[in-house]
Amino acid sequence: MAISSKSSTDEFIKGLWRDNPVFVQVLGMCPVLAVSNTALNALAMGLATAFVLIMSNIVVSSLRSFIPKQVRIATYILIIATFVTVVDYVIQAVSLDLYKALGAFISLIVVNCLILGRAEAFASKNTVGRSIMDGLGMGIGFAFALFCLGAVREILGAGSLFDVQLFHDSFQDWVVMILPSGGFFTLAAWLLLFNWLKQRKERKAKQDESAALAIRGEVA
Amino acid sequence: MSQAELASRPAPPSTWHMYRAMVGVGVFCGLLIVTAFQVTQPIIERNKAEALQEAIFHVLPSASTSRTYRLDESNGFKLLEGKARSEQLVYAGYDDQEELVGLAVEAKGMGYQDVIGLIYGYSFAEEAIVGIQVLESKETPGLGDKIETDQDFLQNFERLDVSLRDDLSELANPIVPVKHGEKSNPWEVDGITGATISSVAIAKILNQSAQYWVPRIRNNLGNFQGGE
Repeated sequence: MAISSKSSTDEFIKGLWRDNPVFVQVLGMCPVLAVSNTALNALAMGLATAFVLIMSNIVVSSLRSFIPKQVRIATYILIIATFVTVVDYVIQAVSLDLYKALGAFISLIVVNCLILGRAEAFASKNTVGRSIMDGLGMGIGFAFALFCLGAVREILGAGSLFDVQLFHDSFQDWVVMILPSGGFFTLAAWLLLFNWLKQRKERKAKQDESAALAIRGEVA
Repeated sequence: MSQAELASRPAPPSTWHMYRAMVGVGVFCGLLIVTAFQVTQPIIERNKAEALQEAIFHVLPSASTSRTYRLDESNGFKLLEGKARSEQLVYAGYDDQEELVGLAVEAKGMGYQDVIGLIYGYSFAEEAIVGIQVLESKETPGLGDKIETDQDFLQNFERLDVSLRDDLSELANPIVPVKHGEKSNPWEVDGITGATISSVAIAKILNQSAQYWVPRIRNNLGNFQGGE
């Protein structure tokens, strides 16, 4: 029981940080670049994607012994498209302004390779519980990454965060940051940071290992 | 591959199993979509009606109630009852004394990225457009979307002349876009530097719509008086 609980937590954590879908796996770049021009749009798209990912993981995992291998991709796409349609209606009901801001990218969640990828690589081979944890981790990790991009782009491009002005009127907006090219700049900066952190961690682990070996050698 | 290996491979699923999975999942997904549609549709309709109502009061600030009219084949306006939607609609705004204060009209046209949809308020007393609100726009964020936020640009529509010729057949002066800072007549729209195409598109959309609607409204003002 303890082992199962630990591995479920691990499934959750890996999507958040170690295997983050955007900063590590570099998946689903279309909405990441297109809808991250403001923090609110980015967060809404991230949460919509997370909902679809979790729900499709649950259904795919529940039906994994019912769906023959030959028709699995068509069936997964059908399931994903259904939840995207549900999200589309829900966003329209919650806020028309948000629906207009996200535009066609809500429908395009269907072809986000992250969702089909998790259905095929994880949910179709694991229990419902583990699939929920995987969907939660990956979904929140995706939403977090989108928010990171959206926040930086909105702060620099419009001088605000969630429409709250942060700077004095004399602040000159970097309009380029909310244009498509700003998406690439910001993504590149975040990838650089993540890779630097990863390398630093690996280097530190290596140094610790060498130090431990040296101490053992001296003791012997 | 040996006979033993072939025998040990799992048998492929029957056609029945594949149909069962596809049809079963299809029925489940269909039911889910229908349920979501039924639950959210009334809320979405209400949101859209509220957004339209807000826009009408935004472009006709002195109005406190509104009624929807439809232009019929005889070029007269008929009050539209209930929630029925149709083409050729205008929204008449009335003040607290039930006096007609103006009409709100929807217009659409091509912008830089995609179609721009807007609503504008027409005051027959001032013979002018007295406010606009963009309802639908995918113009470039930070550039083209200034048509919704640039205060200098929006000032154009606090009183944009759409007076008619003496015979009430067409606008005395068409609405024309001019470069930023060169506006000298009340029927000109002062453009936005950095959003030239979008601001010119707004002027063109308004000109096209006003040329069509303003003569028809002025010739049938009696249709709106007192709400009948």
